[in-house]
Amino acid sequence: MDLEKFFQNQNNKKQVKILTCGSVDDGKSTLLGRLLYDSQNVFVDQIDQAKIESEKYGTQGKDIDLALLIDGLQAEREQGITIDVAYRFFETSKCKFIVADTPGHEQYTRNMATGASNSDVAIILIDAQKGVLEQTKRHSFIVNLLGIQHVVVAINKMDLVNYDENIFHKIVTEYKELLKNFNLISTKYIPLSALKGDNVFSTFENTKWYTGPSLIETLENIQIQEVDLNNAFSMPVQWVNRSSSDFRGYAGTISSGKVSKGDVITTAISNFQTSIKNIYGPNGELSEAFTNQPVTLTLKDELDISRGDIILTQDNKEIIKADQFAAHLVWMDQEPMLPERNYIFRFNNTYINGQITDLAHSINVNSYEEIATKKLNLNDIAYCKIALTKMHSIAPYKNNHQLGSFVIIDPYNNKTIGAGMIDHALRRSTNISWHEMSINKETRSKLNVQQPCVIWFTGLSGSGKSTIADILEQKLHTINKRTYLLDGDNVRHGLNKDLGFTDTDRVENIRRVAEVSKLMLDAGLITLVSFISPFRSERKMARDLLEEGEFFEVFVSTPLEECEKRDPKGLYKKARSGELKNFTGIDSTYEIPENADLVLDTKTNNAEELADQIINFLESKKII
Amino acid sequence: MNLTHLEKLESESIHIIREVASEFENPVMLYSIGKDSAVMLHLALKAFAPSKLPFKLLHVDTTWKFREMIAFRDEIAKEYNLDLLVHINKEGVKNNIGPITHGSKLHTDVMKTQALKQALDKYKFDAAFGGARRDEEKSRAKERVFSFRDQQHHWDPKNQRPELWNLYNTKIAKGENVRVFPLSNWTEIDVWQYIYQEKINIVPLYFAKERPVIKRDNLLLMVDDKRLDVKEHEKIENRMVRFRTLGCYPLTGAIESTATSVEEIIIELLESKNSEREGRAIDKDQIGSMEKKKQEGYF
Repeated sequence: MDLEKFFQNQNNKKQVKILTCGSVDDGKSTLLGRLLYDSQNVFVDQIDQAKIESEKYGTQGKDIDLALLIDGLQAEREQGITIDVAYRFFETSKCKFIVADTPGHEQYTRNMATGASNSDVAIILIDAQKGVLEQTKRHSFIVNLLGIQHVVVAINKMDLVNYDENIFHKIVTEYKELLKNFNLISTKYIPLSALKGDNVFSTFENTKWYTGPSLIETLENIQIQEVDLNNAFSMPVQWVNRSSSDFRGYAGTISSGKVSKGDVITTAISNFQTSIKNIYGPNGELSEAFTNQPVTLTLKDELDISRGDIILTQDNKEIIKADQFAAHLVWMDQEPMLPERNYIFRFNNTYINGQITDLAHSINVNSYEEIATKKLNLNDIAYCKIALTKMHSIAPYKNNHQLGSFVIIDPYNNKTIGAGMIDHALRRSTNISWHEMSINKETRSKLNVQQPCVIWFTGLSGSGKSTIADILEQKLHTINKRTYLLDGDNVRHGLNKDLGFTDTDRVENIRRVAEVSKLMLDAGLITLVSFISPFRSERKMARDLLEEGEFFEVFVSTPLEECEKRDPKGLYKKARSGELKNFTGIDSTYEIPENADLVLDTKTNNAEELADQIINFLESKKII
Repeated sequence: MNLTHLEKLESESIHIIREVASEFENPVMLYSIGKDSAVMLHLALKAFAPSKLPFKLLHVDTTWKFREMIAFRDEIAKEYNLDLLVHINKEGVKNNIGPITHGSKLHTDVMKTQALKQALDKYKFDAAFGGARRDEEKSRAKERVFSFRDQQHHWDPKNQRPELWNLYNTKIAKGENVRVFPLSNWTEIDVWQYIYQEKINIVPLYFAKERPVIKRDNLLLMVDDKRLDVKEHEKIENRMVRFRTLGCYPLTGAIESTATSVEEIIIELLESKNSEREGRAIDKDQIGSMEKKKQEGYF
């Protein structure tokens, strides 16, 4: 063995990332076990352990159950199902493979999208006994949506149909029909038996009529084109490297194209123009660098560029600055997505707040039908419009996965609740620019001789919000403070008369009032808002619209039983009888504030005393 | 033009390491002195060159590491001018907890898991890098790159954040933290090839040499100091051995080997029939034992 050559070959192996799609019944775990076993990537002690476990949980009698080599967590092994995305590794003499293994039952869309986002090739398993099923359509749809361009259709369990050539061809024809919906670069079909090993590593006698390559040969020979040097250069700034006063570098991973020393570049957000002074790669100075390489760039001019910005060449027409765009969305949380709710959008190198403004339609992943919808549930896929609170540089996902993808985070609990792929930027917002007026909040406040703020009352219906707010406004009025009271019921008579009481409408109701209260504040008024505002995230959204010290959340704390006893408008009675739907506290939730600025207890104090408590509070905050 | 497998792994890891430095207030890199830590440190030095590492290193010392490991650790810290913290569970030392007297389970829990939690709480770290890989063990295969832990440092396998593309969710509340695994997608052989390609310095215990060993519970244990408590019927022999993984010396079995260079180790591994964790006593306490340890806060 020529050692040097051997190590060179070993270190130069190419990487292929695979997603396996199929359910437990298709023999997916068995196929994966077979790939690991036949490529000799399983060690003796692991096989021994799988043998012990085969006796305990296995489905293959005395034989080793290959699926047990890969089924991960103990809870799953006992139930015989897989819960989440797991990663497997094996290598052949030509390639190193990383396999994202996703389960085939519920949560499928979420897990499969996760696995697909980092894969080059998808193996779609079809049970030869069953042919193309609804789930095959679903798998193919998600694979295409996430931009995987190479598909290998593995028609498995050929041993159970006597290696019948006609069955194989029938399934191929069926699948080709399905393919018309998609945009793939290559599709290959292979008859297999994962259980027996036919055509996995080498072609077998049992399928003499099949002249194509084995599964492994097919995977080894797929041409994955990752780097198109004709694409214009872009690199999101990930970290600013200031090792000393005379070194300022911008570190990041190149997201498209190629960069050379001396190239003229611009910055997308800060709008500077300069040229590349030096390029440092993982092994030191480089004269040029290309997509996927981690680099540190130094620039000719001393500029102040920060994380979140993007360095690109001027001819880059694909990357567009926008705060609104259209995108495909995969919803991943139990809690439904509601349009206009405030979410955090995580892009390549920055987090930006924003909302889904327009839910065009959701897509049925089994029939590919577009369905009109008002909210998204777990595992829904949809097409929608998104508005961010500030400009960002984006690209269509199909051209640039790095700058065209995002995940959505719940600002309340920090969970990852969705993922999206940008279709195109919506430019109309860039035509409306913000005019800076000469008379502003500060000058108006001065004239009014008062510090404007928003006092936001939240609480159940009948808790006493409006009564207290009314008394408070009178008290402020007598000490010459200019005020305005926005009352939930009153606003629903005009501005919000088109809205009902579903969760979606409640979110929009609060969004509009929050915006109006912001305008009132800008006008220099002490603004009182008396709205049930049942959801934490909308109250936070209202708070986030304003500056620190301008927003005070007042929780009018009255227990439900007490509100129901008072029932000033007879609404609880109607809700209990079923006459009134979506009533807060009865069949619609009220989320109690966790960090209210002031909590008013209506059981121990009367409205007059509580209004005085607010006056004292405002004095302590130096508002009045 | 595509990157090779190793270049892609390197790029991915550097991206992850830089992301942590950018998004967290007080990150730390757990340094266990082993080969994976060596690779992780090497990648971090590359990620921030020519700057110094923008975070500290932390070694949780169980007081039962091989002496050569400790010497190597101090040498590396000096050579690269690293900010190295060493934490020992003083409570455990006071109670004389050790693997021989108390067994691997209790020793690991007190001197490793509890000690790590103490250190993370003491310094208020919000992110901690670890060198774990997904190919090491079945329950690791499902671990995220950014693995969220609650205030008690617990890991909930059913409540992990989905991880798409390289868009890691770094948002946490006060008191919570994440464990970050930049080597998630590396295999054992990848690590060795990278050590070979980059000429990374590793603890000499990885290379075969004549060492005094005894046979106990099917493991070849090195007699590193007097605490091993060699029984009369146990014979100390000098054998050509090396270690595939490094941990507490009474819990880490040596393998007989003649591999004295990285090249020879790679060839030995490619021909090997046993997995790397085989020499570890702690994984086999019970079926699914690693998964249980992780839920409790073990790295």
